[in-house]
Amino acid sequence: MTLTIEKGASSHSAYDLRDPHSQIEERHTLALLVENEPGTLARVIGLFSGRGYNIDSLTVAEVDHTGHRSRITLVTRGTPAVIEQIKAQLGRIVPVHEVHDLTVEGPAVERELGLFKVAGKGDRRVEALRIAEIFRAKVVDSTLESFVFEITGSPEKIDAFAELVRPLGLLEMARTGVAALPRGV
Amino acid sequence: MSQVMTGARMVVEALRDQGVDTVFGYPGGAVLPIYDEIFQQNDIRHILVRHEQGAVHMAEGYARSTGKPGVVLVTSGPGATNAVTGLTDALMDSIPVVVLSGQVPTFMIGTDGFQEADTVGITRPCTKHNWLVKDTDKLAATIHRAFQVATGGRPGPVLIDIPKDVQFATGTYQGPQAAAPDPRVRPVPDPAMIERLVDLIARAERPVLYTGGGVINSGPEASRLLRAFADASGFPVTSTLMGLGAYPASGKNWIGMLGMHGLYEANMAMHGCDLMIALGARFDDRITGRVADFSPGSVKAHVDIDRSSVNKVIRVDVPIIGDVGEVLAEVLRLWTERGRPVNREGLAAWWQQIEGWRAKDCLSFRNSTTIIKPQHALQRLEALTRGMDRYVTTEVGQHQMWAAQFLGFDEPNRWMTSGGLGTMGYGLPASVGVQVAHPESLVINVAGDASWLMNMQEMGTAVQFRAPVKQFILNNERLGMVRQWQQLLHGERYSQSWSESLPDFVKLAEAFGCAGRQVKDPADLDDAIREMIEYDGPFILDVLVERHENCFPMIPSGKPHNEMLFGDSEAAEDIGTAIKSDGAVLV
Repeated sequence: MTLTIEKGASSHSAYDLRDPHSQIEERHTLALLVENEPGTLARVIGLFSGRGYNIDSLTVAEVDHTGHRSRITLVTRGTPAVIEQIKAQLGRIVPVHEVHDLTVEGPAVERELGLFKVAGKGDRRVEALRIAEIFRAKVVDSTLESFVFEITGSPEKIDAFAELVRPLGLLEMARTGVAALPRGV
Repeated sequence: MSQVMTGARMVVEALRDQGVDTVFGYPGGAVLPIYDEIFQQNDIRHILVRHEQGAVHMAEGYARSTGKPGVVLVTSGPGATNAVTGLTDALMDSIPVVVLSGQVPTFMIGTDGFQEADTVGITRPCTKHNWLVKDTDKLAATIHRAFQVATGGRPGPVLIDIPKDVQFATGTYQGPQAAAPDPRVRPVPDPAMIERLVDLIARAERPVLYTGGGVINSGPEASRLLRAFADASGFPVTSTLMGLGAYPASGKNWIGMLGMHGLYEANMAMHGCDLMIALGARFDDRITGRVADFSPGSVKAHVDIDRSSVNKVIRVDVPIIGDVGEVLAEVLRLWTERGRPVNREGLAAWWQQIEGWRAKDCLSFRNSTTIIKPQHALQRLEALTRGMDRYVTTEVGQHQMWAAQFLGFDEPNRWMTSGGLGTMGYGLPASVGVQVAHPESLVINVAGDASWLMNMQEMGTAVQFRAPVKQFILNNERLGMVRQWQQLLHGERYSQSWSESLPDFVKLAEAFGCAGRQVKDPADLDDAIREMIEYDGPFILDVLVERHENCFPMIPSGKPHNEMLFGDSEAAEDIGTAIKSDGAVLV
């Protein structure tokens, strides 16, 4: 073929993927700066449900009151082609001002907060408190038969904590989903 | 410039400032204040429809034939929900439409009030953007912004929901000048990509220009540049259903529409090309056939203003994000600067190959002297109206594909059809919208009997507003395309695909206060078409056609471009087995 273009020739283009044909699903953390107005979140979520994309977690809060800006941190999963399509589709939403893929734009910190209610007596209670110390979880509520632990960290750390306290009397848990920022300036 | 007035007055003021001359709508409790304002002015004409779906299709017809946004006014609840099909149609086909809907007063929202519906919630997935305005002071700015969004970038429908108390309350009107400039930056095409495309243009042996609705949406300049480029380069041009007319059907480089019912030569050129230049087209499944075998040997360039259209279905090698007209101008400039190089020998051989495919005469059909073949009816319509100041709309189905195959369009904005959504019932209201925008022109809706019935109430609108639309109904007493698929795919079990008790269309025309005629003898066809054209007013021509005619050529579902079915006998035996099980799940 005389016209074949070598692969990667347009690596500086935002539209080219590292391996566009890969069928392996990747986990990406996206940060969206959006207009803080009614319906914006519904449009973002509707895009994912309407087009069959996945949401692993989603957090949203206003970050600039005077500028009416909210920040949505969204963790999603898909093949590279799907991830590119998700970003392009998000970019079309009128009140979405910026779409950042923190997974490819450089190192980022990701944190999640979890609250865990663990009930138990005797050895189990002591063990739960010991594990909490190892994970630097805080006790934010205590009765003679239960604790509520607050833990902050990567989603993996919170997963690991949940696994360890589950046999010790885990009653319920609440997780915020990931909030993330790029490292450095 | 800013004045204090009621919200209802603001709506009319804002529309006037946006240059709106026509609104398609239907009144109701929640929009009465706006209708009161419409009553008290003469700048904006209101077309009273018979159903809100018709209003949106009329606005689409108006928009596509003028390049200006179409405007719709409906009431709350059912008024808004009836608009949903039209909004979805406009979204799929990138048509700028602004819908204003009434809503129950703000203090009643959420109480399940009479004619209350969550209109912004319901229309969110079928609009480019929508707004609920709760503050009269923000109403004017929101309307101006809505026009920006509807027409900017890739066009589309928007909706503004206006509670009744906001219409009654007073606020400060702001003109369009006061509105913030569109914060969305127009995409700037990457010069490196344009340069790469120009390099490819110089070397390509078997190029093809694959054009779509984006060329028409970009404006007349894009069509002009396309013609200039195609004629200077000698590259063959094919088009999607949406893009017909951007390059003239009489142009020397025209190789016909492509896709599922496209021409053999166009599909073979797409399959065999070494350079595909997609201009404002989105690689829809009707176009690609089996994606894995789509144009396997070509380098693909894709020009589109919508980044999400690029690499969505087909991965391309040269993505250019930008307005088709701007990109074409830049490509032409750079290519001209380099002396307009093309591969002459390659092109000559390529055209020879295309002529070979063309010789197959893929649209040929067996004509009859006793019964009117639908293809023949369209050939005669074309022969008797070509060259006239003509606009054509269609419904959806076999007749739509035959119209696309047999009618030729030499200018953009002359052909309105529901492409993406495939909305039966589109054509009649769309024809009214076109006629309102072009009162002196010949506007024909090529229809099937089943589609036409879906919005036939709009004949009342045509008669009331003296819109002399011509309804050209190819009547096979069948749901023709459904019947064709049942023949191909479901063992000729024709489940629910015929219409008994069809109305007498001539009497129906009389009942509506217009004229009609039925024709069934091929010998009378020309006379009937002439009568339809010459009649001063709306006209229904009921053309009784061959009931079991199939639409060919056809790429069966799940097949690539080079495996088309034809209407001749050699293929007849294949028809029952044409669609394999993996293709059967596709639509």
